[in-house]
Amino acid sequence: MSKTFDAIVVGAGPSGNAAAYTMAKRGLRVLQLERGEYPGSKNVQGAILYSDALEKLVPDFREDAPLERHIIEQRMWMLDETSFVGMQYRSEEFNEERPNRYTIIRAEFDKWFSRRVREAGAVVLCETTVTGLIKDGKGKVIGVRTDRADGELFADVVVLGEGVNGLVGQSAGLRSELKPKEVALAVKEMHFMPQEVLENRFNLKGDEGLVIEAMGTVGPGLSGMGFIYTNKESLSVGIGCLVSDFTESGATPYDMIEAFKNHPSIKPLLAGSEAKEYSAHLIPEGGYKAIPEVYGDGWVIVGDAGQFVNSVHREGSNMAMTTGLLAGETIARLHRTREACTKLNLAAYKTALDDSYVMKDLKKYKDIPNYLHENNKTLLGLYPRLLGQAAQNWFRVDGTDKKTKENEILASFRKGRSVTGLIGDALKFARAWR
Amino acid sequence: MNAIELESEAVVNVEDKLYTNRYQVDAGHPHITVKPHDKPSKALLSLTTTCPAGCYSLNDRDQVEIAVDGCLECGTCRIVCAATGDIEWSYPRGGFGVLFKFG
Repeated sequence: MSKTFDAIVVGAGPSGNAAAYTMAKRGLRVLQLERGEYPGSKNVQGAILYSDALEKLVPDFREDAPLERHIIEQRMWMLDETSFVGMQYRSEEFNEERPNRYTIIRAEFDKWFSRRVREAGAVVLCETTVTGLIKDGKGKVIGVRTDRADGELFADVVVLGEGVNGLVGQSAGLRSELKPKEVALAVKEMHFMPQEVLENRFNLKGDEGLVIEAMGTVGPGLSGMGFIYTNKESLSVGIGCLVSDFTESGATPYDMIEAFKNHPSIKPLLAGSEAKEYSAHLIPEGGYKAIPEVYGDGWVIVGDAGQFVNSVHREGSNMAMTTGLLAGETIARLHRTREACTKLNLAAYKTALDDSYVMKDLKKYKDIPNYLHENNKTLLGLYPRLLGQAAQNWFRVDGTDKKTKENEILASFRKGRSVTGLIGDALKFARAWR
Repeated sequence: MNAIELESEAVVNVEDKLYTNRYQVDAGHPHITVKPHDKPSKALLSLTTTCPAGCYSLNDRDQVEIAVDGCLECGTCRIVCAATGDIEWSYPRGGFGVLFKFG
């Protein structure tokens, strides 16, 4: 195999598919390589699909994409060991003709997306692991090595959509190693139950769905994030925290998801369900400051491999698709004008990124990852506990007068965090958010 | 109540979770290996609790061993040990390893 393509795309996740689709649609000869048995077999996500990013690629995706439920309700819970304080938003306006967000099951969705990529004209080769990049004498990337016999493949440009744990770009020195405090480990289980049980339990009808995002104490002494997403007849249930928190605490991910599932506020939601899969995945949490060089001579990086994740809003798959689209458009434009995929010319990809919501959002939150990391214990441990205690004091009717209750609540915050601590936290948060 | 919870947690069996998954095992070609060592580094030792598939364990000489069959290919161990170089990590050959039905 020494055939030459206009572009080689490494990986068949949202970013690689978006890039391959965009370029194939514009007539480029595209080869896409995927190590899994089928596209999606190695991919893990919550998963929420953001319509806007996909619509810009495949406007009619709703006609045949495997979508689970459109989201009409968001619950945000701060957990302590026995309770939660929550905020909830539900609107009939999310029951619209072209819903804004959907739950999806990635193995199904990625297969569908890949079919669209092939229909657009790309060649998709599965069960092929890319083992390295091939460079010419001047250091320009001209192809990839694979684990197939005679597995050297050549192209004008290589699009790296290889995901968060992408070894190809890493080993070629295109970007630096991930750090345990800049990446989260999430584990997830798929819990199945009859559709009507699920709909009654979560107050849903038809294709309506909801999202629960939890943070705080997910088990005795274990703090992190948790989530439940409603699919058609299953729940995606998971937890996550920074890899450095796992290594330092000695907590195991499987104990932690078990503790989350057994939390008194979560357990009834899962009752009677059957777990059918257990998966794990890394999530880049470093944000803007962790984004590597995303283009060079003969290569571009898209999706999680480029750290394009907004951890505040839990957005990543949309950024993957948008970065894939922008990279694909840049390369297709160079192809049309017969310009080479040099570093200088591929800089247009970075310019397009800077003009998009991707870089604008990540830049806005550039100080948040560091803030969250440094204030982890206060935010996930102390504040949920103080809020829970305050709520309980406030709602419990026990003969104590309201003025005394108010004073007790204020005193608990002063004692738990001190007035300067409280003000300091607020200021630091405001600065990081701005 | 906490004591009861802790007790029930102690019996969390990761094998039961992995049992629900599909794998195509590449017998004789482990994609991760632990380098020979006398005493594990702190990073290497932490993998016995941090690996979500419970692939890492201590042998009777208190050295860290790996059994890759249940690996979920998340890459956590690679990142934890990137600075110490305790393990060799590559992806399984194309088509092998975990096959997510849902993902």
